[in-house]
Order: sequence, then C-alpha cells, then structure tokens
Amino acid sequence: MILALFSILAALLFAPFLFGVINRTKALFAGRTGQPLLQMYYDLYKLGNKGVVYSHTISWVFRVYPVLALAGMLLVLLLLPQGGHVALLAGPGDLFALAYILALVRFFNVIAALDTGSSFEGMGASREVQFSALAEIAFLLGLCTLACVTGSYSLSGIYTQLSYSAWLAHGAVFLLIAIAFFIVFLAENARIPVDDPNTHLELTMIHEVMILDSSGPDLAFLHYASALKFWILGSLLIGLLFPIHTGYGLIDVAFAWLGLLVLAVSVGIVESIMARLRLLRVPQLLVSASVFSFVALIFLLR
Amino acid sequence: MISLLVLLPLVLGLLTMASRHHRAHRGLLLLSALAHNALTLFFFFTPPSPALEGWLALDALGLLFLSITSFLFLMATVYAIGYLKREEQYPHQDFEEGFWFNSAPEAIFAGCLQIFLAAMSLVTISRHFGLLWVAMEATTLASAPLIYYHRHHRSLEATWKYLIICSVGIALALLGNFFLSAAVTTGHASHVPMLVDRLIQSHTQLDPRWLKLSFLFFLVGYGTKMGLAPLHTWLPDAHSESPSLVSALLSGALLNCAFLGILRAMQVCESAGLGDFCRELLLVFGLFSMLLAAVFIIGQTDYKRLLAYSSVEHMGILALGIGLGKGAVWGALYHAVNHSCTKAMLFLLAGNILAHYQTKLSKDITGLVRVLPITGVLWLAGFLAITGSPPFGTFISEFTILQSALHQEQYLVALLYLLFLGVIFIGMVFPFLHMAQGAADPKKHAANETWTAVLPPIALGLAGLTFGLVGPMALQQVLLQSVQILGGQ
Amino acid sequence: MNVWLSAFLILMVLSNLALLGSSRLGVCIRCVAFQGWLLAFLPFFVHTEGAVYRLLLIALGTLVLKGFVFPALLTRSMQEADVRREVEPFIGYSLSLLFGLVAWLGCHWIAARFPLPTEPGMVLLLSEALFTMYAGFFLIVSRKKALTQVIGYLVLENGIYIIGITLAQNEPLLVEMGILLDVFAAVFIMGITMFHINREFDHIDTDRLSTLKDWDS
Repeated sequence: MILALFSILAALLFAPFLFGVINRTKALFAGRTGQPLLQMYYDLYKLGNKGVVYSHTISWVFRVYPVLALAGMLLVLLLLPQGGHVALLAGPGDLFALAYILALVRFFNVIAALDTGSSFEGMGASREVQFSALAEIAFLLGLCTLACVTGSYSLSGIYTQLSYSAWLAHGAVFLLIAIAFFIVFLAENARIPVDDPNTHLELTMIHEVMILDSSGPDLAFLHYASALKFWILGSLLIGLLFPIHTGYGLIDVAFAWLGLLVLAVSVGIVESIMARLRLLRVPQLLVSASVFSFVALIFLLR
Repeated sequence: MISLLVLLPLVLGLLTMASRHHRAHRGLLLLSALAHNALTLFFFFTPPSPALEGWLALDALGLLFLSITSFLFLMATVYAIGYLKREEQYPHQDFEEGFWFNSAPEAIFAGCLQIFLAAMSLVTISRHFGLLWVAMEATTLASAPLIYYHRHHRSLEATWKYLIICSVGIALALLGNFFLSAAVTTGHASHVPMLVDRLIQSHTQLDPRWLKLSFLFFLVGYGTKMGLAPLHTWLPDAHSESPSLVSALLSGALLNCAFLGILRAMQVCESAGLGDFCRELLLVFGLFSMLLAAVFIIGQTDYKRLLAYSSVEHMGILALGIGLGKGAVWGALYHAVNHSCTKAMLFLLAGNILAHYQTKLSKDITGLVRVLPITGVLWLAGFLAITGSPPFGTFISEFTILQSALHQEQYLVALLYLLFLGVIFIGMVFPFLHMAQGAADPKKHAANETWTAVLPPIALGLAGLTFGLVGPMALQQVLLQSVQILGGQ
Repeated sequence: MNVWLSAFLILMVLSNLALLGSSRLGVCIRCVAFQGWLLAFLPFFVHTEGAVYRLLLIALGTLVLKGFVFPALLTRSMQEADVRREVEPFIGYSLSLLFGLVAWLGCHWIAARFPLPTEPGMVLLLSEALFTMYAGFFLIVSRKKALTQVIGYLVLENGIYIIGITLAQNEPLLVEMGILLDVFAAVFIMGITMFHINREFDHIDTDRLSTLKDWDS
C-alpha cells in the first residue's frame, strides 16, 4: 500500500525526466550536447505560466480534453503494478479497465482534434484512429496471453506472478509478447518508426498535429499526460522483460525505474538509427505485432 | 551388368555434350541407342542379376517398360539424325509469328537426350523407392532443356510450366515416400529397407493408414508426371512446343515410367490388403482423365495439342485398366505397349507434317496423302490405331479392358468408357481426315521424304499392326509375369 | 518438450508468416535462407538415436545447400533479371497473412488427426511441416513473379524435408543426399530458365506467360 503510493508519487515526479533522457540519447548519437536533462520540467513550467488561446470553432470537448487526459493517466496509475507489487485499485479485470481508459483518452484526443474544425488535425485524427485500432489488437492479445499464462485477470495478479522461472518455462511466448508490446509501445507513444515527435511536416505528423491548436496550461497538461503514458506503457513492458522480485519492495521498485531508464535510452537509440516508416508500411508493422501476439497465444494454448 | 543400362547412356551423353562436331553428336547418340537396345534385348533372354544389394533389379514389369523405352528411343534417334541435319541452318524463322530464333546447341540436345534415356532406365530398374524418386526427378530435369530446343518465348513458357508443375508434383511424391517410410516405422519394422520386395515381404507389419496416405501422395505426385487429369496441364503446352521426337519420347516413354512409379506403390499396397482402395482411386482418376481429354479434343485446332490430349486419354485408359483389376490388368499393360508405339509414330509424323507445311493448325493442311504419301498413309493408319480400331493392337487392349469391366458387372464404368472413346473418336475424325484427304495445295510441291523421317514411323506402325494381328508374341511371357506381379489374372 | 524444439517451431512459423506477408524479394530470399539454417539444425533436436556422422553429414549438406547456395543462386537470378524488387501478389499481403494464420490453425487440427507415434513434439512438428508446405503452395499460386514461384518450391521442399526428418528415419543417407542434389539441380535449372525468361520477355512475370492456350477467347 505504502509502496504503491510511493511508486505513484515517483511516476508523477519522474515521468518528464524520461523524455529528457530520450532527447539526450538522440543528441549524443548525433554528436551534439543536447538539451538539459530537466528540459521538460522547464517547458511545463513555462507553459503553465502562459495564457490559453481558444479558437471560435471549439466547444466544450476541446476545453475538457486536456483535463480528461491527465485525469485518465492518473487513474491508470492507480491500476498500474510496478516493481512486482500490487496496485492501489487492483481487481479482477483491471487490464481491460487500463486498456479502455487509455482508449477513452484516445477517443477524446481524436474528437478534440476534430473539434477544432481544422482539416489538418482531422488528417492526424484519421491516421491515429487507424493505427490505434491495429495496435489495440496486439496489445489486448498480448495481455490475454499473459493472463492465460498466469491464470489471473488482474494486471497486478499477472505482473506479480511473472518471474524468471516463468520465463524459463514459457520463454518463447514471453519473447514474442515482449516484441509485440515494444511495437505497440512505440506506436502508442508516437515514437519512430510510427511517428516522428520532432517533425514539422504535414506529411509525417500523426500525434503532433492533433495537439497543434493547444496552448498554455492545456498544452502543459497534454505533454505531462503523454509523459505519464510513456511511463505506464513502459512499466508494463519492463515488468514483462525484467521481472525482478527480490522480496524487498523498495529494491524492486528501484529496479523498475532502472528498467524504465534503459527503455528510454533504447527508445532514443531506435529513434536515432531508424527513419520513420512510410505510412503504407505502418499498418504492416502493426499487423505483424498482432501476428506475434497471436502466434504467442496459439503457441501457449496448443 | 544391369547398371550399364544407366551408365552407358549417361557417359556417352556427357561425352556428347563435350564434343564439338555434329557427326560426333549424332554418332554417339546412335551408338547409345543401339547399345541400349542390345542390352535390353540381351536382358530379355537372360535376366540380369540384381545389383547394389537389391536396389537395382529387373523384374518383368520393369523389363516391359524398359523395352518400350529402348525401342522408342532407337526410333527417335534415327529420326533425330535427319531432324538435326535439317535444323543445322541457323537461325530459323518462326512460322507462326515470323520472328527469328536460335535453337539450342546440338551438343546439349543430343547429350540431354541420352541423359534422359539413362534416367528413364534408372526408373525402370530401381527397386528402392528413394532411388525411384531421384530418377524421376532426374527425368524432369533432363527433359526440360529438350523442350526448350527452339529458343523462343512459347517454348520457354512451356518449359517453365513443365518445370514448375512437374517439380511440385514430384515433391508431393517425395512426401509419399516419407509416408511409406512412416508406415514402416509405425508398424515397428524399422529395419526393413524401402525396397519393393522387402516391403511386400513384411506387409503385415506396415501400418495401413500411413500406407493409404502414401499411396494417395504417390498417385498425385507421379500422376502429375504421368498426365492424369486434373494434373495434366503441362502436357499440351510441352508437347506442342517441343520438337516432335521429344514429344514422342515424352508421350511414349516418360508417361509410362511415371505410371511405373504408381504401380510400384500399388504393389506394396496390394500386398497389405489395400488393393481395393488403390483401384478405386485409379478408376476415378482414369475416368476423369478420359472425360477431360474428350472435352478438350473436340474442337482442338492444333494437331500436336490434339495428340497431347490423346495421351491424357490413353493414360486415363491405363489407370482405368489397372483400376478395374483382374483381366483388365493385362489389357492395360498391353495397351501401354500399343499406345507407346502408336503415339510415337503419330508424333514423328506430325514432325514431318510440320516441317513441310509450316503450320500447326489442322484446318490449314490438306492433301497429305498426295503431298507426303508415306506420311499420309501412316497418318490415317495412326488415326485408326489411336482411336482403338481393329486391326491394330490398341483395339485388342481396349477391348480387353471393356470385357473385364463387363465381366465384373461394372456397367457404369463400361458405359462411360465407351462414351468417352466414342466422343474422342468423333473429335479426332475431323482434323485427321481433313488433313489426310483433299486436294494438294498447288503452291506446295511434293516433298521428298527422307528415309530417316519415314523409317521410324513405318517401323512403329508395323509394330502396332503386328501387335494387333498376331498378338503380343514375344512379349506375352513378360506381360503375363507382369500381370502376376500386379495381382491381376 | 525441450526448449530448442519450441524455439525451432516458433522461428519456423515466423519465417513462414514473414514469407507470406513481406513485399520485397530480398526479404523473401533471406527468409528462405533462414529456414535453411533452421532445418540444418533440426536433425539434432529430433533424433536421439542413430549414427552421429550421418546426422552431421545431412545437416552439413542442408546447411550448405539451403543456407548458402540456394539464396546465392536466387539473389543472382534477381540481380540478373534486374526487375523491380517487389513481390507482385495476386492476393494482398494482409490477406495473405490472415489466410496464413487460419491455415496454421487448420494445420494444427489436421496434424492432430494423423496416426503419429506418441513422442512429444511430433504433432507440433507435423503441423509445422504442413504449414510450411501450405506457405510454399500459397507463394507459388498467389505471386506473379517466376522468382517467387521458385522460392515457393523451395519452401515446399523445406516442409517436406521436415516431415522426412521426423517420420522417415530409415531413409538411407544416399537417398537423402540424392534428394538434396536433385533439389539443387532443379533450382539451378529454374534459375537458368528464369534468366532466359527475362532475356526473352524483359520481365519475369508468369502471369503474362499466357500465349499457349486451348481456346482463343
């Protein structure tokens, strides 16, 4: 319980730090010094002090969305098991709750983007919906396979039972799910090869374009919510890849943070060595992620 | 001694490929054909002893198909000498579309012919299923360059189809081999090698379910090579585009060897008590082949494709004969002999017609009897033979099959058989008679028929006639022994 | 069931699915090469008894031929033909993948009905072999280029080879070598024919090889 609160607090504090790590990794690869590691905090502070500008065409949806995004991420944090301990609001079926709160946030993202009345955001919204529909299959199939392995429908139940002995027994299945989760992770967090977070070209934007009209504290909320989403999906992936249970809660949590750092660095490496895929190829990538999850599931069941 | 059947043509073939003079090619080709025939004749009277621990042996069934192959090859070789001489002028102009094309080097053609003979001989003498498979695949690979002799796009298309379809088919036959092996191991008889005799001996130890599976795959796999419908799709294209003597060999010898593969599998299944299962399948495939051939023969404008579909039909008759069993087995085996002789003769004649008239469409050819007298007369005789009319041998064999069908009270089968034969006769009557009769085209002068072009067809035609008038003669003993091997009467 | 066998099975499934779903010729050739490597190690997972030298020889032959020679031949054909390096399908990639997944389930169902010895992993290996054969057939039928037809033929042979290794344990060494040699000769001749096709037609599109037909429509 205390441990759960502690890790939620850590998430709230350290999530923006991960983005700094990613940017610093990319800079190092490019031979630059790069931004300060705490840059995102400065950005959030700067945005928080600015005023908001709303266009005439929007309705309540656009105003509500940033708050809803942040609220959704906080709610999911309550469901998230980290470092092998039970989450605060754990219960059977909470893996569906997680998936669908994230889906709710995504839904509002899309309709807020459409709400601005700009065709630019509409384009981003349509791409986003196509890719998330495919990514969701991979994600849910993977979670379903994990539920079959551990016999529990609760995320906390699943992740507390994963351990290195489970890996020895079902190594191939877990590897396939990990690959699928990594692809979904990249897709959901708008990372290369699915989407370029630094782009300014219409042809290549998906997530960037949907928040183009936000400003001030709204934008701060949205950036913070995306950092929290990174933390959440990353924890799910790290919990699968490095299920370290030493018995001391604090050490497990610390290892989970270390895992997240490693994940951030690897995302930075992936972003530095790959280019973004052609938009035609992204569905193929996501379908192959679904295929990996499906193969893992069938392999487990036969 | 028995391996000479394979080694001799192989070595001479490789020598042919390495030599440069045209005379050397044709001489070596003739030498292999004569030597192979001599060996076969020798083995006819003194059966050879098995070699390689029983992997190579010549039983009556193998001897039957070997003799057909050998005789046909000799006829084709004699024809080839004249054919290659004619083809010496480079390059040639295609008469259908008018472009100029090259032919393959004569060394490759003559060499591949001999390697083809070696591979077919290996099929007939091999007693080990694995070796049989290797030999069958080798025949595909050796005959592909033969089909691609005239180097243009149509023959390339035919060669590609032939390669892919036959390779896939033979891959399925390999699966049949593996299932046969599984039948042995599942039956706890792991020490039985895959030799036909040993498998028949240990028939009680073979798992019937695996045997059925393996026969099915053998039928489909080797049936592709044999030309059973619906796996025959490579046949018309390959036969219409390859040189006529190659078509003669393919139709007369290769299809029989593929049939031998199926027969070997059937021997094993028969001994394990699955004979009825196998015969049912063969019956169905046989009737379907005849049906498909009948459909495609009617209205066929290209006379070489017509002959190719006729091959499909006759392979159907062979399968039907074996499928009926009992007395029809003799009919089917005798039919193999007759059909090979007749079909080879017809293809060689088609080559003569093509060389003179320069067209593949039967409607453009008339007055064959006047322009090319020997060819014309033989063409008419061949038509009668291939449709099963007396006094030719095909009549006796087809009639025997019909007799057996009626005797076994398989009236539906007999009815369909007669129906298809009738439809095919009607389908073939128009092109053949149109081509043979009529006034000679005044633009085309009477051609001279070189002895190499007419002697082989005459010999083959005489053989067919003799088989019809007198009966199998020297082959009777071999035939009866083969029937016994296959469990007929 | 040991971990090597399950690794082999998963990698085979993934390579087959990659063949069905990929759009580039180079990727297809590399997948076939990868399958050749996997198959070279298969005899050591499956056979617990039998002469080691025989297994070694077969594994070596398979590795050399299927892992190196065939991909080299195919790559040379691809480069000589100088065609667009994209697989041109009749059936689209996602649909091929979907069919492949359904077929994979179907192969499991069929393999369960075979009268197999009750060794662990036999059913899985057989279903894997059937799926590989399906992938080979599918590639031959649903792709236009002649090169993919040869790749499909090789994949079909791979599937049959898996069945051979698991079921046909008393095939003598000579025959297995003969089989490998035959497949090599087949691929070699197909390569030569493809070269001729490209020279003749300036493409290797088998869909356009349709001059020979029975009824002029």
